[in-house]
Amino acid sequence: MAAHVASRRQTSRFSLIPAGKLERREALWFWFFISPWVIGFILFTAGPIIASAYLSLTNYAPGKSPQWVGLSNYATLFGDRIFWKSLQVTSYYTLLAVPLGICLSLLLAVLLNQKVPFVGVFRTLYYLPALLGGSVAVALLFSWLLNPQFGIINFIIRFFVGPQGILPVGIVGPRWLQDPNWVIPSYTMLALWGFGGGMLIYLSALQGVPTHLYEAATIDGANRFQQFFKITIPMISPVILFTFITGMIASFQVFTPAYVIAGGTQLGAPAYSSMFYVLYLFLNAFQRYRVGLAAAQAWILFVIIMILTMLMFWASRRYVYYESDEEGSI
Amino acid sequence: MATRTGTRVTPATTAKKGAWASKKRQDQIIRAAATIICLLGLIVILFPLAWMISTALKTRAEVAKFPPVWIPAIPQWDNFRIALTGANPFGRYFMNTMFYAISVMVAEAVSCSFIAYGFARLRAPGKNAIFVLVLATMMLPTWVTLIPQYIMFSKIGWLDSYKPLIVPHWFGSAYLIFLLRQFYRGLPKDYEEAALIDGANYLRIWARIIVPLSLPALGAVTIMSFMFHYQDFAGPLIYINSQINYPLALGLQQFQAPFGGTRFDLLMAASIVTIIPPIIVFFVAQRYFIQGIVVSGVKG
Repeated sequence: MAAHVASRRQTSRFSLIPAGKLERREALWFWFFISPWVIGFILFTAGPIIASAYLSLTNYAPGKSPQWVGLSNYATLFGDRIFWKSLQVTSYYTLLAVPLGICLSLLLAVLLNQKVPFVGVFRTLYYLPALLGGSVAVALLFSWLLNPQFGIINFIIRFFVGPQGILPVGIVGPRWLQDPNWVIPSYTMLALWGFGGGMLIYLSALQGVPTHLYEAATIDGANRFQQFFKITIPMISPVILFTFITGMIASFQVFTPAYVIAGGTQLGAPAYSSMFYVLYLFLNAFQRYRVGLAAAQAWILFVIIMILTMLMFWASRRYVYYESDEEGSI
Repeated sequence: MATRTGTRVTPATTAKKGAWASKKRQDQIIRAAATIICLLGLIVILFPLAWMISTALKTRAEVAKFPPVWIPAIPQWDNFRIALTGANPFGRYFMNTMFYAISVMVAEAVSCSFIAYGFARLRAPGKNAIFVLVLATMMLPTWVTLIPQYIMFSKIGWLDSYKPLIVPHWFGSAYLIFLLRQFYRGLPKDYEEAALIDGANYLRIWARIIVPLSLPALGAVTIMSFMFHYQDFAGPLIYINSQINYPLALGLQQFQAPFGGTRFDLLMAASIVTIIPPIIVFFVAQRYFIQGIVVSGVKG
C-alpha cells in the first residue's frame, strides 16, 4: 500500500505516459476496459462519418461503384426547392415544439413541486405518454384523433365553439394533418403529448435547489414570482440548456410519426408540408436510391446541428449559471 | 414551538403581525390550485389513451358515427381477435420484437457497464478527452453514419436480419455509458482497494464487486434500452425486408390503408396490444426507470 501511494506521487501532471509501474498498469487496464467503445467508435462512427463525407461527393447507386462528382450533390440540394422546404418545415417544427415543450414541462414540474399529494402517482401517469411517444401506435392514434371528419378533437371543438356549440363562435375545426397550414401544429401536439419526460428532469432539478436561498429571499421580502425568476430559473439553467440542446437535436431528426402518418408512400403529403428533413433524406437514400445526395443531406444536417449547438452554448453563456466546476465533473 | 417560530421570524418582525400564518395559508391555497391544475392536465394527457380504448371496442358503424360515442353499445372484444389473427402474424411479430429488444438489452448492459467502469474508476492520461468524445457522439445525428453502415452491412450480407441492429450495441452506447459512469463514481472505493491489495485484478473487481453493487443502475439502463428498442421503428424499417421478420412496429403499420380505408377499430385494438408490454414493464420497474432519467438529465 505504501509503495502504491509513493509511486503515485511521482507521476508528473503533464506526462502522457505514466511514470510509475502501477500507473502504467492502471492506464493499460483503462484502455482494456474502453476498448469495445474504441473499436465501435472506429467501425460504426468515425469510419462511417468519413465514408459518408466521401459518398456525398459521389454518385452512388446500390450495385454500382461510386463515381466522383465533386460538390455537385451539394449544388443539386441548394437548388432543390424541396430540400429548402424540408429545412423550413423542420425549423418551424423545432421552433414550435421545443420551447413549448420546455415551458410546459417546467410549469408542470413547478406545480408538482408544491407538495402536491400523490406526487408519485402524478409523476407516473404524466410520464406514460413520454414512454409511448415515439411509437407507431401513438402516431396512428394521433392521425385518428385528428381525423377531420370522425376525429374526437374536431368534435370537441364543434361541441364547444362550433356554429351550434355551447359558445357559438362558429369556429370550425381545421383539417389538421390534411391542411398544409395545420400539419406542423398537429405534429407539435403529438410531440407535446410526451412532455412528461422533460417534467421528470425538471422536477429533480427543482428538488436540488438549496432551500436556504428561498428562505433568504423570503426574509428580504422577495415574492414568489421574483423568487422563481431570480432563484429557480438561474439555479436550474444548466438543465434547461441541456434539455434545449437535446430537444433540438431530437426534433431535427424527427422521422417515425411523419413516416407512419404518411403511410410510408405519400411522404411529405400534403404539398410537402410534412416533408421533415430526415424524411427527405430517407426518401432519397432508400426510395430513390440517390445515395450520394442523401449522404450530402446527412452531412449538412450534421453541420447544422453542430453550429446550432455551439451557438446555443455561446448565446447562453451569460444566462446559464454553473456552480463551481470541480475537476473532471463533466 | 412558539419560541422556535419566534426566533425564525426575528429578522422580519417589522413585517405586519401574522405574516407567518398568512404565508402558511398562501401555501395551502397554492398547493390546492396546483393539485387542481395537475388533475385537469392529467385528463388532457390521458384522454387520447381513453379514446384509443373506446375506439378499439366499437363496431365499424360506431367508429364512423357523428357525434362520436364514448362507450360502445356492446363492447366488441372480438376486434382484438380479428386484429391479431388476420393477415398479420402478430405472434411472430411479437417474438421478433422481443428477440430484438432483449438481445440489445443484454448487449448494452454488458458492454456499457464494462466501458463505464474504465471511465469511472481507472486513471489514465487523456481519459477526459476521450470521455468528451463519448459525449460528443450523443450529439451526432444517427443519419450521418446510417448510410455507410447500411452499405457495410449489405456487403457482408446482413440485410433482412437483426444483426445490423444488435451487433453494434455490443460496443456500447454513449448515453448509457454516461449514465452508468455517473453511478459508478458514487460507489465507495473501499471494496476495490481491499480487493487490489488481495491481488485481484480489475476485471475481477468489475465482475465481482462493481456489477453486483450497481444492479439498480443496471436495472435502469436495461429497462430504458428495452423500451427504446421494443418501440424502434426506423431501424427495422431500414434493415428488415420480409414480413416474417417484422417487429410489431412495422406490423402495426400494415393496418393503414390508403384513401381513408383504414379500419380504425382494428388498428386501435392492435395498437393497445402492442403498448401493453412496455406499460407493464414501466409500472413494475418505474423506480429504476425514473431514477435513470433523473440521473442522466440532471448531471448533463
